[in-house]
Amino acid sequence: MKIHEYQAKEILRRFQVPVPKGVPCFSVDEAEAAAKQVIGETGQEVVVVKAQIHAGGRGKGGGVKVVKGAAAARETAQKLLGMTLVTHQTGPSGKLVKRLLIEQGVAIARELYFSLVVDRGTGRVIAMASQEGGMEIEEVAATHPEKILREIVDPVTGLAGFQARNLAYGLALTGPAAKNAAEFFVRLYKAFVEMDAAMVEINPLVVTKDGDVMALDAKVEFDDNALYRHKDLDGLRDLEEEDPAETEAKRYDLSFIKLEGDIGCMVNGAGLAMATMDTVKYFGGQPANFLDVGGGATTEKVTAAFKIITSDPAVKGIFVNIFGGIMKCDTIAEGVIAAVKQVGLKVPLVVRLEGTNVELGKKLLASSGLAVTSADDMADGAKKIVSLAAGKGAR
Amino acid sequence: MSILVGKNTKVIVQGLTGSAGTFHAKQMREYGTQVVGGVTPGKGGTTHEGFPIFDTVEQAVAKTGADATVIYVPPPGAADAILEAAAAGIAVVVCITEGIPTLDMVRAKRSLLGSDWKGKLIGPNCPGVITPGECKIGIMPGYIHKPGRVGVVSRSGTLTYEAAHQLTALGLGQTTCVGIGGDPVKGMDFVDVLAMFEQDPKTEAVLMIGEIGGASEELAAKFVKEHMKKPVAAFIAGQTAPPGKRMGHAGAIISGGKGTAAEKIAALKDARIAIAPTPADLGKTIAPLL
Repeated sequence: MKIHEYQAKEILRRFQVPVPKGVPCFSVDEAEAAAKQVIGETGQEVVVVKAQIHAGGRGKGGGVKVVKGAAAARETAQKLLGMTLVTHQTGPSGKLVKRLLIEQGVAIARELYFSLVVDRGTGRVIAMASQEGGMEIEEVAATHPEKILREIVDPVTGLAGFQARNLAYGLALTGPAAKNAAEFFVRLYKAFVEMDAAMVEINPLVVTKDGDVMALDAKVEFDDNALYRHKDLDGLRDLEEEDPAETEAKRYDLSFIKLEGDIGCMVNGAGLAMATMDTVKYFGGQPANFLDVGGGATTEKVTAAFKIITSDPAVKGIFVNIFGGIMKCDTIAEGVIAAVKQVGLKVPLVVRLEGTNVELGKKLLASSGLAVTSADDMADGAKKIVSLAAGKGAR
Repeated sequence: MSILVGKNTKVIVQGLTGSAGTFHAKQMREYGTQVVGGVTPGKGGTTHEGFPIFDTVEQAVAKTGADATVIYVPPPGAADAILEAAAAGIAVVVCITEGIPTLDMVRAKRSLLGSDWKGKLIGPNCPGVITPGECKIGIMPGYIHKPGRVGVVSRSGTLTYEAAHQLTALGLGQTTCVGIGGDPVKGMDFVDVLAMFEQDPKTEAVLMIGEIGGASEELAAKFVKEHMKKPVAAFIAGQTAPPGKRMGHAGAIISGGKGTAAEKIAALKDARIAIAPTPADLGKTIAPLL
């Protein structure tokens, strides 16, 4: 689960991780009041108005403005709220700005990078730091891998003091700034573990002219598998930032991702679902989605999945590819039949069934009277749906 | 011969009295697996569907001589169940549970590393392991498998079934199929299983099914190039997956252009591994190598 920058910073504050003073706001009036509050608390006229969307690259996209005084903050808020912000991470359609963060201006001496993420190779949390603050870490990794400092954390000890110092001095920090940075890293690691984060990225991590170290930006992602033990985080979810079909899918515990193509796919198992998309593409089609109905799906769940696929106007054909293990083929057949009865079927449907109760499943579909094209295997099914969706009839 | 499990393997089921545990314990018994008991704290001393139930793994091992376990415990207790099995000295621990918090697995893996345990962990979030005709531990449909010559190792459950089904249809069969699971922090990885297949006299070739995300396939390619004499064929799922999106498996994510299918396929080809263009060609790709 992703959250907004202002929410991430509120959490970091709880763990005594230094962040600039700031106030979130949802309207122009609130923005002006927030700016007054920040100016009052800091005694500094310079504030930063930051658009809050779940995507990076906001600065370059024009979603972050430095202004002087509350009136200017109001004027900028007027422009930003309701604007569609396009960054390299939002895709061409961009994202609507509905929330802002008004933050104190900080006198920056240096911009650095720091992140914590679970490293698959070692099965541990890895702390990464670099002097190239503001740059994307992937870009640094590609062009100057030697500039990325790494410390692998033993979960027994947590990020050790010496590791934090290695990073701080490795970033060429000295004096109080080095000490502050090391402390920052240790606290952030504690926050990461206690929140069950999947990723925390501070970019840029800034050193102020006074030698303070603080998170100028903060990106936090939680481990969805651990949300059950962090009920307090539920309120941080911003459904408007998520695709409505993906949100609907989550309600039924379906794993769904919207893609750009026109062939809807319903599959059991994540690997098979990805492979089905690959096969559709191999035979010249474009998958409209990734959808894994999971292992123990019920008829109701399958019906919901089918409805989600058919609700996408771009879909010109549907390919159901099931290899039943725990999932029984007759359950899939019943779900598909029930869904078609409820919502109708306006596009070609190809079904490939294999595995547990396959004969029963095929029989149910055949006797349902639905216009279903059956496939012998995955390749056959992919070929058929690509051809049918293009209006050419099954080969 | 085969790897990891065989006809003499004695299996207990952790979480046997739950619905998934009960269903699959019966399926495994039906297949011919020696399921010698189950563990559910608080239900020790009872029997369930004919299986003796114990309160702890330690008691179950003492009474039954079990040397393998399969875990169907729900996510909040699953990492603990893995540690309990290892502490009781179980040689093969298979964890089916999907949705274990990643940091639980980070801690569990660290704990296993710091212990005297010499066993193998398969999973979590995997279909399990099967030596056809001898021992099935997990959730895979038994009937698609057949004793034979090819070893299968895979990150994906249903794609493993696809592979086994094709090998059976071609009359090649399988020595052992190992589903290593789709989680980022897990037990055995491709390299560990490939090394065992290389040593197994009955395995003539290996079929490997990878997916996007991480670097396990690249490490496997390096291992094959440097240490394996047996032929290997592979498929990588997720060739059309967009970057930054998590495709169901927590592990299947392309981040910052890393872990793409194209990179993995290039590494595998460099190790002279035959690549199946689509998952429908898994069997066809390995057949000529035998």
